[in-house]
This record gives sequence, structure tokens and C-alpha cells, in this order.
Amino acid sequence: MLHLSWLIIAVPLASAAVILLAGRAARKWGHWLAVAASATTVIVGIGAFVQMLGLDRGDRAFHETLFRWIPGGELSVDAGILVDPLSMSFVLLVSVVGTLIHVYSVAYMEHDPRRSTFFAYLNLFIAAMFLLVLADSYLLLFVGWEGVGLASYLLIGFWNQKSEFATAANKAFIVNRIGDMGLILAMALMFAHLGSVDFAHAFAAAPGASTGVLTAIGLALLLAACGKSAQFPLQSWLGDAMAGPTPVSALIHAATMVTAGVYLVVRSGPIFAGAPNALLAVAAVGAITLVMGAIIGMAKDDIKKALAASTMSQIGYMMLAAGLGPVGYAFAIFHLLTHGFFKAGMFLGAGSVMHGMDDQVNMRRFGGLATLMKFTWVTFGLGWLAILGVPPFSGFWSKDKIIEAAFIGDGWKPWVFGLTAMLGAGLTAYYMSRLFFMTFYGGKRWTDDQHPHESPLMMTVPMMILAAGSAVLGLVLARGNAFTAWLEPVTGTVAHGEPVLAVPLIMTLTLILVALGVAAAYFQYVSRPVPITEPRASVLTLAARRDLFQDTVNGALVQWPGEVLTRIAVYADAAAIDGAVNKTASGTAGLGEVVRKLQTGKVRSYAATMLVGVVILLAIVVKGGR
Amino acid sequence: MFPFLTVLIVLPAVAAIVLRALPASARHASRPIALGSAIAELALAVVMAVRFVPSAAGDHQFAQVHSWIPQIGASWAVGVDGMGLLLILLAVLLTPLVILAGWKDDDDADRQMKYLGLILALESFMVLIFAARDVFLFYVAFEAMLIPLYFLIGLFGGEQRRYAAVKFLVFSLVGGLVMLAGVIALYGAGPGGSQGFLTDNLKGLSMSTTTERLIFVAFFFAFAIKAPMVPLHTWLPTVAQTARPGTTTLLVAVLDKVGTFGMISLCLPLFPNASRWAAPVIISFAVASVIYGAVLAIGQKDMLRLVAYTSVSHFGVMVLGIFAFRQTALEGSAFYMLNHGLSTGALFLVVGFLIKRRGSAQIADFGGLQRVVPVLAGTFLIIGLSALALPGLSPFVSEIMVLVGAYPAARAAVIVAIVGVVLAALYILLAYQKIFTGPVRKGLEKTPDLSLREKLVTGPLIVAMVVLGFVPGVALTVLRDPAAAAITTTVPANTAAEVSQ
Repeated sequence: MLHLSWLIIAVPLASAAVILLAGRAARKWGHWLAVAASATTVIVGIGAFVQMLGLDRGDRAFHETLFRWIPGGELSVDAGILVDPLSMSFVLLVSVVGTLIHVYSVAYMEHDPRRSTFFAYLNLFIAAMFLLVLADSYLLLFVGWEGVGLASYLLIGFWNQKSEFATAANKAFIVNRIGDMGLILAMALMFAHLGSVDFAHAFAAAPGASTGVLTAIGLALLLAACGKSAQFPLQSWLGDAMAGPTPVSALIHAATMVTAGVYLVVRSGPIFAGAPNALLAVAAVGAITLVMGAIIGMAKDDIKKALAASTMSQIGYMMLAAGLGPVGYAFAIFHLLTHGFFKAGMFLGAGSVMHGMDDQVNMRRFGGLATLMKFTWVTFGLGWLAILGVPPFSGFWSKDKIIEAAFIGDGWKPWVFGLTAMLGAGLTAYYMSRLFFMTFYGGKRWTDDQHPHESPLMMTVPMMILAAGSAVLGLVLARGNAFTAWLEPVTGTVAHGEPVLAVPLIMTLTLILVALGVAAAYFQYVSRPVPITEPRASVLTLAARRDLFQDTVNGALVQWPGEVLTRIAVYADAAAIDGAVNKTASGTAGLGEVVRKLQTGKVRSYAATMLVGVVILLAIVVKGGR
Repeated sequence: MFPFLTVLIVLPAVAAIVLRALPASARHASRPIALGSAIAELALAVVMAVRFVPSAAGDHQFAQVHSWIPQIGASWAVGVDGMGLLLILLAVLLTPLVILAGWKDDDDADRQMKYLGLILALESFMVLIFAARDVFLFYVAFEAMLIPLYFLIGLFGGEQRRYAAVKFLVFSLVGGLVMLAGVIALYGAGPGGSQGFLTDNLKGLSMSTTTERLIFVAFFFAFAIKAPMVPLHTWLPTVAQTARPGTTTLLVAVLDKVGTFGMISLCLPLFPNASRWAAPVIISFAVASVIYGAVLAIGQKDMLRLVAYTSVSHFGVMVLGIFAFRQTALEGSAFYMLNHGLSTGALFLVVGFLIKRRGSAQIADFGGLQRVVPVLAGTFLIIGLSALALPGLSPFVSEIMVLVGAYPAARAAVIVAIVGVVLAALYILLAYQKIFTGPVRKGLEKTPDLSLREKLVTGPLIVAMVVLGFVPGVALTVLRDPAAAAITTTVPANTAAEVSQ
């Protein structure tokens, strides 16, 4: 089925177009068409996967040119797809998680009059996401890259009759565009120095390019990755993006789109191979974001925003791993897959809680839901164990490998990155346990009119499947290093380095930190009653509640100067440039005089004067020409 | 050989005369007559395009040369290369759409007849100027098209229409007069004789460096006013704000292209040394236009002025691509001329639909319309996304070709211009937010959604952008040779080879 891989992009795209063009007519069947389209991608994806498994390891890269996109010239780009183990991993993740979330949404969005539009956008999203990961060139990848950005914009703003939701959608798109500048610049650099923007040629030319060039390309790609993956310093949009319906948060802003930055870095391995400083920057960004996200996550009371902070932090782990170079690439993608399952599962769980609590998101108003929403509780619990990194659940296998890998190397780096990653595990345990306990345990803190109830099967079954993945996926993929071996054709064979600390010691210390985190959350949120209002808190907590002042900083550094500049420019354009031109245009009299002449009929004399001038000039020409 | 170009030039002019000659009793028929002739024109142009030989896209096809005013060396010389062909197609595609968009603008049959007559006269000049292969003929068209435009703005505009019309006229005439001096000097430097103004006879002249530079500046000045480059752009927002959206559509989407078209087809081939000499300065102004236009667009309160400033920004990208003297960049610029026409034309027209509904062009007078008029909102959004060069729509392909293609020749300029990508997102999405999202504004609850007629106006433009976004090759194959021709004359082969190293 490899040769049918293009259908993975085309089917959901066509379905989205049909639903949108059908308009109101699609209200009855639009969601089912979208589910069918998404399910088709699973079938084709699995078919292609099975076929790929039958191939020799070295042959597992299926490349097909679909059509000539930008012809000829120096910049010749074909629209082609590349199905290799890396893109196949994404195809399976996006199609499976995507389809589960489609099904979930049928029930979740049941009462929304624009449900079919919602499903068209979901289909548009998965089509763009598949294009992003299957593209065989940076330029075609960019089409998918912007496509997922558009879908994200449309879905964050799905309820944009609320002004702040519309603002959130804009913020996401615009911050992402700042990152996109990086991708455009990277393509310009590749075009100038590597002679091509398609993977095959650019990667082949990369070893011949100077370190300076490769570092510049690497940093430009990192900028793009920061925008899409909400990494420092372009992280500010993700929390606000929770304005979108919860299935969107699960699919786009947790499991798939936000991990595209990690994909970009890993895909660009051959470029980063010659740019160690760019890789170091990737790792640093990952480490900073992983701590930042964790700190913010510890203070948020809004369940979706807490999960969003967690996503930021977990992607920080992936970036950190990717920044370690080939030794970390496979672990970055491994964690990306397990995270895709457990985080999507927990978001759907959060959606289920909101569904049962009249869209309440404040965890201080939850509590004691374990008995009333059993499916949600158990499935969420499996996700919680997975993200904590408790063996044998998924996160243990992937995150522990990242922590180990971060300890590999010379000098200060393994200590800084390794200890940060390890500390992050403890923080993660605290904020996720806080979230889990505040929601499902302790006293009931609901508002009077709430009657929590379990969600319908249409919602809980996808949650169960994701929970099963959260439980066992890591174990399955880690057995005999199956996943690392699977990705080897892309990431290359890696000489095995030894961590600066012994592996059992790292594992033990990490688990101790995790246990401490859980315990701290237990004493604070289960043993003691949870106040309904935010308690007075330390400066750090206050800062974390305000996302470490990211909006204040952006406002002061970018937004405010931008607005002032715009006002000055608008004023100057009218007063200075237009004024000056007006004056010089008609000499001392000024344009007003001309207007008056026009109105008094004197324009004829004006035009006549001009005509005479033209005739005289022509006469000179005629004479001179002879 | 059927004289396609001459017929395409004459047909709308004849239709315009027919409209003027209609007896008062038959004036209600002016709309179908105008639309019919514009569609006939489009059909004829499509036939011509089919007959066009893509493998010889660098040559001027359908060429005709007739003696016109031999005493001064002027000829009726027409012909199109791939670039001229696409611009003519753009002009004759937009004309019927503009007529259709303004179908209900006039209640008065007499006024309607006059308006449509002027639009058709303008169409005639638009075809002429992109087909002219004689510098004098080009100049005549350049000046003559001001007449219908002057009246279109001055008679059919909104408030301040006289001010706007005169401002437009003064800017254009100043540019035109300066160019006239250049035209005359060029003739003097040329071989003279009864065909002394033929463009082909004026290539490769031996001129002193100073002469070449002066004549170049004279031409470029006129073109820089047309392709509104900062700081010569201020006429455009005034005109856009005042004129009917249909007029502005033709003006910005097609006629302003005369500026960039002139740069490629006259400045580069006729004054190659001067073009190279001026390139760094021009690129600086181009990049300034990209950023300045975008910043100004963000700050506008009037939708029409906003779109006008976005064009200042986009024209900056085109000029950057031209004066980088790189194949990909220049090809991208030529393609951008077409795409900007589709995108900005559609944007002006859809903004016109909004204004028609509200009776105001102020962004602040709108709000929450997405829930009331979803089709109009979606149409606006798609067109807006094309203006911010979203991949999948054709402006993206041309913009990326310019940015990536010009980078090896003009690194700093491209890096600055890339910032325009973010600014474009700001001016489109902030406008969309204010007009279409949030709670529905009082008084707008009953706003009607797009009518079938309005869908017929915007539909073809959106389809064209989607098709060209995915298979830009259709257009690029006929632009490659003209772009290559412009570059090889400007940058001698050895320099070109050096640059590509």
C-alpha cells in the first residue's frame, strides 16, 4: 500500500473540501464523512506499515514524485512524498490518535450547530499534518506546516464569537508566523549554499557546507520549531490556545501539531550533524522550556491550562533529546509517540470531566470525581502513571531514556542537561499528581447546580484505547530496542556512549524524585482540604500563575513598541510624506489650489498649459529626429 | 495570422463607443452589452492564450508592426511575451468580474452607461499597454489611460472624489512628464528614422554612462509612482479610499503593474548598466516599501486604505525580486504580478461587498459577522490568507520564489523583507478579527450573505489562486524565458556565472 500513501493526504483533504462546500447540507452527515476519511488514513497507514516491515531495513524509504510543483529554473521543486520509518511513525500516530479523537468529537460536539464545520477543520488538520510529515522537501513541508497552523487557528477560534477566543486564535497564528520566518530563512540559506530545498539534495550537499552556514540553517530551523512547538521564547500562545474545543487541544495542541518542531529537528539531522552549536541551542531551548512548563503547570488551576503547560514541558524533553544529536533522536521520537497517547488520553479525560461538569475547568471546583466517573478516572489514571514515568507504563520507557541520554557527554553539558531532565521528572510528578488528585479525589467542591456524570461510550471508548496505549506502548516499543532499531535507517547508527552517572543510579534517583513529587501533591491536595479560591502564595507561585510573565514581557518588548511605531508611522505618512509630496507636487500653490482651479473651471488652462508643453517637446523631438 | 492583439485592443473601445451612442430609451441595456463584450473579450484572449507557443515564451508573439506616425518614428507595434500575455489575461478576466460586482451600483441608467463605458475604455488601454512594442505607443497608452481613470475616480467616487482624482492625476502626470523627457532623450540616442521608437531598435544602444542613467531614472521614476513605492505611494490610499472598489480593483490589480512591467520590459533591457548601478538603492526602497506598507496597513481604520497599503508592501516584494537580477526571483516577481492581481483584486471586491452592506468602510463599524454571513466571512478569509501568502494559494509560490531566489544576491534585504511575513499575518488577521469575530454588532444581525452574483465574482478568482497554487507551472513555464531574457541583457553572462557560484 506504500504507493497509495498519497491517499493519506488526499482523502481527508477532499473530505474537508466536500463538507465545507456543502455548507448547511453537510450538517447531517459531515461528521460521519470526516470520521470515515480519518479511518481510511488508518487503514492505508497500517497497510503501508505492514508492507514496509516486509522490506529490508535499508530499503525502508519509499519516495514518490507526485507531480512537478515549481518547474525548471534554479529552484525546481517536485511535490513528492517520502515514507520512511520516521514519517511512518507519525502517520501511525496521527491517523490512530486522530481517528479516535474524531470519534470522540462526534459525541463531544453533538450539540454544536456548526459541528460539520468543526469536522471539516479536523480533516483539514490531519491532511496538513500528513503533508507535513510526508513531504520530501522543506518547501512542501512548509505547505503542511502552514496548513496545520491554519487549521489550528480555525479551531482555536472555533467559538470566536467570544472575543478573547478570537484573540487567542490570532495570537497562535502570529506567534507561529514569527517561527515561520525561520523556516523561510532556512530555505533561503539552503537554496544559496546547498543548492536545493529538497531533503535528498540538501542533505547530500550538507557535509560540504561550512559550519557557519549549517549553524545558521540550524538556528533558523530551531526558530521555526520554537514557534510550532511552543518552546521558549515563542511559547506564549499555547496556553491561550486552550480556548479551542477540548478534542482540538488533545489532537493538535498536545499529541501532534505541537510536536512538529521536534520532527523538523530530527528530520534535519544531516544539517545539524555539521552544526554542533545549533544542536546545543536546541538542547538548551528544550531544557529551559521543560523547566518553565513544569513551573507554570504547578500553579495553574485551569485543568486545560495545566495540561498545556505540561505539554510544553514534555515537548521540552523531546527538544532536549533532539538537541543531544543522533544519540537522542530516537528517544525524542519515542517520547513523542508515547506522549501522543497519554497526553491525548488525558486531554480527552479532561474533556469528559468538563462534559460532565457544565464546561467547568477550574480544578478547585472539582474533587471526588473518581467514583462518579469511573471510566474517566481509570483511563486518566493510566495516563497519569505514564507521564510520571512509573514502570512499566509508557512514559517510563521513553522519558527515562531521555534522562539517561542527557547524562551522556563531556564537560558541563551532561551535568546541566542530565540534572535538569531528572529534576523535571520530579516537578512533573508533582504537578500531574496535583491535577489528578484535585480532580478525582478529596472533597466535592462543585457549584450547586452541577451533577457530574460519566460521558457516553462514544467518548469513553477512545479514552480507553488511548489509556491502553499509555499503559503498554512504551513496553512494546522498548522491547529489544525495537523502536531505536526501527528508526535507525533515519537517525543513523549511534556509537553507544556511557552516561556520567551509572544507569541504575540515574533510574533510582529519578524514581525517588517522582515519589517525592507525588507525596508532596498528596499531602497538599488529598490530606488537606483544597480551598475554593486561590490561596495567597509565594512570589514564584504568583509568577507561575501568570505564566512567568510571558505576556508582560512580550507586551513590553514587542507589542507596545510595535503599536507605538505603527501610530507614529500612520501619523508620519499622512503629515510628513503625503504633506511634503502634496506641496512639491503642485509647487508653491499646493494641491488645494489645483482643486480650487478644477472647481472654478480653471483646470482647462492647467491642462492646456501642459498640452502646450508636450507639443513643444514633441516638436523638438521631430526636429531632432530628422 | 489573426490580429489578436489589435482586436483585443479595439473591441472594448468599440463597445464603449456603442454604449455612449445608445439612445436614452435603450440605456437600460448597457449592463448586458458591457458584460457581453467583456466576456467576448475574455473568450478571445483565452483563444489567443491557447494559440500562444510556450516554448517560445520569450519571443513577442502575435506581433504586428504598422507605420503609425513615421515623422516621429512611432509605430503601431504590438506583441506579447509570456509576461505580457498573463497580464492581459488578468486584465480581461478582472474586467467582467468588476462589471458584475458593480451590477447594482447605479440606479440611474445614464450614470451606469457612463461608468461602464469608462471601464471598457480602460480595458482597451490596459491591453494596449501590455502589448505595446513601441516606446512611444507605450507612452501614449501610459498617459491616455489616465483619462478614463480620472473620470472614474472624479465622477463615481465617494467623498473627496475631486481631491482624489486631481491628486491621482498630478502624481501620474508628473511621472508621465518625467518619463516623456526620458522617451525623447531615448529617441535621440537611438537610430531614429521611421521606426525609431520600436523597443527592439532601442536595445543595446551605446550611450554615455550619464545619459543612460538619466534616461533610466526618468523611466524608473514614472514606474515607481505607478508601482507605489515608498515615498511616492501616498496617492494610492487616497484614491482607494475614495474610488469605487471596482475602479480600485482595476487600478491596483492591473494598472499599477504597468510600473513593474515597465521595469522588467523597458528598464532592464534598455538600460542594463544603469539598472545594475541603481539596483542597491532601488532594493533598499523596495524593502522599505515592504515593511512600511505593512506597518501602515496594520494601523489603518478604513478597509480600503488597508488593502491599498498591503499593496504597497506587496509591490515592494515584486521590485525586490526584479532588481536582484536572479532568475528565480525575477520569475517569481513576474508571477507575483499575476497573483497579486488575483488576490488584491478579490480583496478589494469583497471589501466592496462589505461596504455595500454596511454603508461604511470603517473597520470599527463591523463586528461578529462570521455568525451572520458565514460564506462571506469564509470568502474574505481565504482571500485574506492569499494576501498573507498562505501556501496552497498562488501568491505564496511567487513570494517564496522572490525571497528565496533573491537571497543569494541581496541577503540583508531578504532578511528584512521576511519580517513582512509576520506583519502580513497581523494586518489580515486583525482586520478579520475586528470585522467578523466577537459578538454580532447591533444593526448587523440581518446582514445578507453573499448572493449568487457575488459568488460568481469571487469564485473564479479563488479557483484561479488555488489552481495556480498547486500547479504554478502553468504560468511559470511562460515566464521563465521572459525572465531569463531580462536578466541576460542586464547581467552579462560572466557576471551571472560569478553570482551563481
